[in-house]
Amino acid sequence: MPNSSSIVLSARAVERTITRMADEIVERNDGTEGLVLVGIQRRGVQIAGRIAARIEASERVKVPLGALDITLYRDDLQTVGPRPVVGKTTLPVALDGKHVVIVDDVLFTGRTIRAALDELADFGRPARVALAVLIDRGGRELPIQPDVVGTNVEAPRGARVDVMVAELDGRDEVVLTSGAGS
Amino acid sequence: MTSPLGKDLLGLEQLTAGQISLILDTAVPLKEISERTIKKVPTLRGATIVNLFFEASTRTRISFEFAEKRMSADTVNVASAGSSVSKGETLVDTARNLEAMRIDMVVIRHPASGAARFLAERIESNVINAGDGTHEHPTQGLLDLLTLRDRFGTLKGKRICLCGDVLHSRVARSNIWGLTKLGAEVAVCGPRSLLPNAIGEMGVTVFDRIEAAIEWADALNVLRLQLERMHAGYIPSLREYNRVFGVTRERLARAPRDVLILHPGPMNRGVEIDSDVADGPHSVILNQVTNGVAIRMAVLYLLSGNTPALADAAKAPA
Repeated sequence: MPNSSSIVLSARAVERTITRMADEIVERNDGTEGLVLVGIQRRGVQIAGRIAARIEASERVKVPLGALDITLYRDDLQTVGPRPVVGKTTLPVALDGKHVVIVDDVLFTGRTIRAALDELADFGRPARVALAVLIDRGGRELPIQPDVVGTNVEAPRGARVDVMVAELDGRDEVVLTSGAGS
Repeated sequence: MTSPLGKDLLGLEQLTAGQISLILDTAVPLKEISERTIKKVPTLRGATIVNLFFEASTRTRISFEFAEKRMSADTVNVASAGSSVSKGETLVDTARNLEAMRIDMVVIRHPASGAARFLAERIESNVINAGDGTHEHPTQGLLDLLTLRDRFGTLKGKRICLCGDVLHSRVARSNIWGLTKLGAEVAVCGPRSLLPNAIGEMGVTVFDRIEAAIEWADALNVLRLQLERMHAGYIPSLREYNRVFGVTRERLARAPRDVLILHPGPMNRGVEIDSDVADGPHSVILNQVTNGVAIRMAVLYLLSGNTPALADAAKAPA
């Protein structure tokens, strides 16, 4: 059976969704005081950047922006094939007492977020950690919930959800591809 | 188990440019871990690594130990003095006994060239060569490459001269292999008594005068005069060596460009290198030490679990 693809979010829809997520993050935090956005490598970093830009436009505040690479914290390193490429981790401020929002493109099993929480703990003790994702596709394998969701997508286990961002992929788009052989 | 390339790091001679670049690229993000308050990631949790040092070492042993601990591995240090080695146990017996206690990796430093390969062919664990005789010291070569790449952006077309005791230097050999594979131009400079006879066959230029080397080079990697390996009269005296081949401020001042200064340590200050050069503005000697931990973390990461990451990189174009 050939794979069939459908567009979940167009470029316009991605922009609208991120705008709403940014507003929701500020609202939940009751302003921007103590707020730190941390994007997960790779596409979470770009989405966190967009959210920060949107907050700056509406609140006129530059929210500290970090990037987290969770490769070294993965729980499947002993079983995956070749060693995954390690990306950069940069956190602009000490996280003690901050309101950290982890930003990722797609929330699926929750294992990436588990790794991210472990890694964040090595950088300090935030007052609160929240999770914002552009797409929640379900299929959790751990008790992890998002606080801010762009869009929910019903994606069966074998399907793929690909988030594309202009910075890396030339365009903004979210595509759902039904899996072959699943 | 995958190919020997996937299992062990024995030297840079066997690696492709793609594999060397993979190790350097992996080391770059790992540097950040050593800057954290909690300098530790859980990557090698549960792995046991034995540091088998049959020769004196401070920097390399400590650097490996930091790298192992920052990756959360459990480490055991075995030195030849005070172990069964001093009772006459063979290298293979020592290693097999360690393996019987279920270890995952061995880091070995040994005075005999080829000792790391000898061991790698006989045990299941990953073997990392931390210096074998006058053969290779691959992690030192890699950290030199990373330090140069940090400064120059690329090694292509850069001119690097290895100065001094090339004959006894495993660091020189690893550097020559690594630098030439990454496209640098390599030269050596030193008294003929301290250069291997067939050095020209490694594709390097030979300078007899340090002034000529300084005029040519973008960077000098000043090697340590290995007095402990010199059992015959290789040089007339340390003072004369310094006068003729020493890297001094006066000599560097006449260079047409700023020359980056590397030294693998430990330094003989006032012999192969003067203090004001070693501590000068163009010295990256301490950057080398910092990079050493990241390089060793990268090697541990890439070799661990017997995965074919390095073997795969060998197939990819550089």
